[in-house]
Amino acid sequence: MSEAIAAAAGSAPVVPDDHHYTSTGQSSRKILFWTFIGSECMLFGSLIATYLIYRGRDKVGPHPHEILNIPLTSVSAFVLLMSSLTMVLALAGIQRGEMGKTRLWLAATAILGMMFVGFQIYEFNHFVHEGLTLSTNLFGSTFFVLTGFHGAHVTVGVVWLWTLFFLTFTGRIKAGNDLDVEICGLYWHFVDVVWIAIFTLIYLLQ
Amino acid sequence: MATTVAAAPAHAAHSQSGLWSWVTTVDHKRIALLYFFTALAFFFIGGLEALIIRLQLSHAGATLISAQTYNAMFTMHATTMIFLALMPMSVAFFNYIIPLQIGARDVAFPRLNAFSYWVFLFGGIFMNLSFLMKMAPDGGWYGYATLTSKTFSPTHSIDFWAVGLQVLGVASLAGAFNFITTIINLRAPGLTFMRLPVFTWMTLVTSFLIILAFPVITVALIMLMFDRLSPAATNFFNVAAGGDPVLWQHLFWVFGHPEVYILILPAMGIISEVLPTFSGKPLFGYAFVVYSGIFIGFMGWGVWSHHMFTVGLGPLGDTFFALATMLIAIPTGVKIFNWIGTMWGGSIRLVTPMWFAIGFISMFIIGGLSGIMHSSPPADTQQNDTYFVVAHIHYVLFGGTMLGLIAGIYYWFPKVTGRYMNETLGQWHFWLTMISMNLTFFPMHFSGLLGMPRRVYTYQKGMGFELYNQMSTAGALLLAVSLLVFLHNLIRSIRKGEVAPSNAWNGATLEWATATSPPPEFNFQKLPTVKTLDPLWHQDGPKGHKIDVGGTDGHGIHMPNPSYWPMFSAFGMTVMMAGLIFGLALGVPGGLLFVYSTYRWALEPAS
Repeated sequence: MSEAIAAAAGSAPVVPDDHHYTSTGQSSRKILFWTFIGSECMLFGSLIATYLIYRGRDKVGPHPHEILNIPLTSVSAFVLLMSSLTMVLALAGIQRGEMGKTRLWLAATAILGMMFVGFQIYEFNHFVHEGLTLSTNLFGSTFFVLTGFHGAHVTVGVVWLWTLFFLTFTGRIKAGNDLDVEICGLYWHFVDVVWIAIFTLIYLLQ
Repeated sequence: MATTVAAAPAHAAHSQSGLWSWVTTVDHKRIALLYFFTALAFFFIGGLEALIIRLQLSHAGATLISAQTYNAMFTMHATTMIFLALMPMSVAFFNYIIPLQIGARDVAFPRLNAFSYWVFLFGGIFMNLSFLMKMAPDGGWYGYATLTSKTFSPTHSIDFWAVGLQVLGVASLAGAFNFITTIINLRAPGLTFMRLPVFTWMTLVTSFLIILAFPVITVALIMLMFDRLSPAATNFFNVAAGGDPVLWQHLFWVFGHPEVYILILPAMGIISEVLPTFSGKPLFGYAFVVYSGIFIGFMGWGVWSHHMFTVGLGPLGDTFFALATMLIAIPTGVKIFNWIGTMWGGSIRLVTPMWFAIGFISMFIIGGLSGIMHSSPPADTQQNDTYFVVAHIHYVLFGGTMLGLIAGIYYWFPKVTGRYMNETLGQWHFWLTMISMNLTFFPMHFSGLLGMPRRVYTYQKGMGFELYNQMSTAGALLLAVSLLVFLHNLIRSIRKGEVAPSNAWNGATLEWATATSPPPEFNFQKLPTVKTLDPLWHQDGPKGHKIDVGGTDGHGIHMPNPSYWPMFSAFGMTVMMAGLIFGLALGVPGGLLFVYSTYRWALEPAS
């Protein structure tokens, strides 16, 4: 259909990737996903802004500098950053039609994501043990809600990655389904970038 | 995406009926009708709440309802009108008109579209269920901290409000993602951005406002919900722990002011279609109107603190927001002059949609002028929290948004049903509306400037408020009559209205180019090719280019399959969210249904 329409218009672009005519030549799913990411920026932006506004206004401790463990979190941040690399490799795999590599790197990305969530669970437990909960002070409220939401995003990403991983075995995700992996990758990289912002603003710039 | 391939002529006969076909529909035109009638039902519920408020205020010291019930009435009136009536009514127009105006067969994501509707329906029902549990939200539509804290609102009333708004936010967001993608990516060949109808443009701007503004209220509501958690509540708005209630106001109005433009821009888009059609000439300064709409969209982000002049932000903040607010009046004024310029020298046909469009301009000017009045902090300090503000908001939201939407209903009714609405009843509706809305809302300027506070359930004798309140109450009752006339006209015209041709009003835009009214399920047998603005007015003549939607392009028409998973997914999500109030017994099954349905939806056979 698209070829016929393009011919009629004389100039309209033709899209091969999901076999539907579009005005921009881009897949609609990708455009929708970019708008979603724009929306997510405002979500995390509001949470981060709240953290920054309330920073240093606590009436009781523990305060950030007493409890935040930069070396430990640097390791977990490194783990998450590496998962972006494996995500890129997974996409490269399916673009070349190499399903074995696609599976390998999807699984690697998901496992690195799970490691990150594991670090976070350990950190949260440790903080509660040290006397910092949601209710302790403003730091506790803002910190747990912000990083908790980020952790929830990572968890959703992990579920998404494992879903793609298993679908490669059912034949639903096969060579040529680059877009399914690419969009998951967009989400994954976005969640990574948010972590870079959180890590910098909360852990490094105390 | 699931598709069926059918030969075009055969597909035309294949129209489904029955309740189940409405539950599973992914057709943008049917979803639009679902949106429309649901929003209309909520509009009448919100109107009933307004009548109860007006009856309680009809005389000094009235005891028709208690102060507590009154609180619930004004909270639910505003919440219902904004989130359950006006916004979804606009979305009904987006749904029906946008794919037609851009020459597409449907929206980019038909099942996501169905999901948006069902989330809206379930969210609206959920919020109104609070009445049955005698826990109706009562903290005002902007739910200021610390009134909404567990200390001052110990029942679930605020929880219903917060969770309900979260659910409705999901519906709005999903819809906005869909419409941005649709408008960017499914325009007919040759339909460049500067050839888009203004209504499509305003839908695009509105959708961007939604996707950027709703996350902010989402975060504010998340904080509120965490603050109300027991036993481990957070301290976001807890003053004792250093929390700042003003943060709520900032977050709310960073969302709330763009929300005002989310409500008005679609109506501005509608009358930018209606006025040229009935003036018989193109919109005056098309590019100016489009850029003004975009500018309003941007500026809408820089004026939120004018809702907070009395908080005490200091002279610098007040000055900035006052200037920004005055600045935003400029593009709005530009649009008004463009609309008047469109009518200037035109061969005007004064039929009902045109009357309502003119009504929109005149009433919106009044609302706009009172808006400029309280852009000045000293004046606003006098007017804040009085009926003057109530008058202003009703002139822009009823006199503006609602009149614009009604103009749209009369204008596109022939496209949706193949019949005209009754003109005599339409005129009655228009004049009754104009008289009654001014009788209702204009006296509020005076009662407000006399110092009558909003949100107080009664007033004392001898304050000078009686006459103005009696006028408002009488006006509200008359307004109810005018709406009954409208309802009668709507129902009557669906069955008995005069039959309309496909281009019922000699319109210029692509929705009037469909072969029939209502359009076939696939809209256009062959996707049109567009070479000008207002394509249907340029079909003939020396440079004419025929808009051809007949025949076939040699391939079958791909239409998406119906699906019930979006509905189950929406239902599961709403029940899961209700679990935030009522515990895991609801939350877990709801969550499981949500996840299961979403997976089934995502894994439905690909094309």
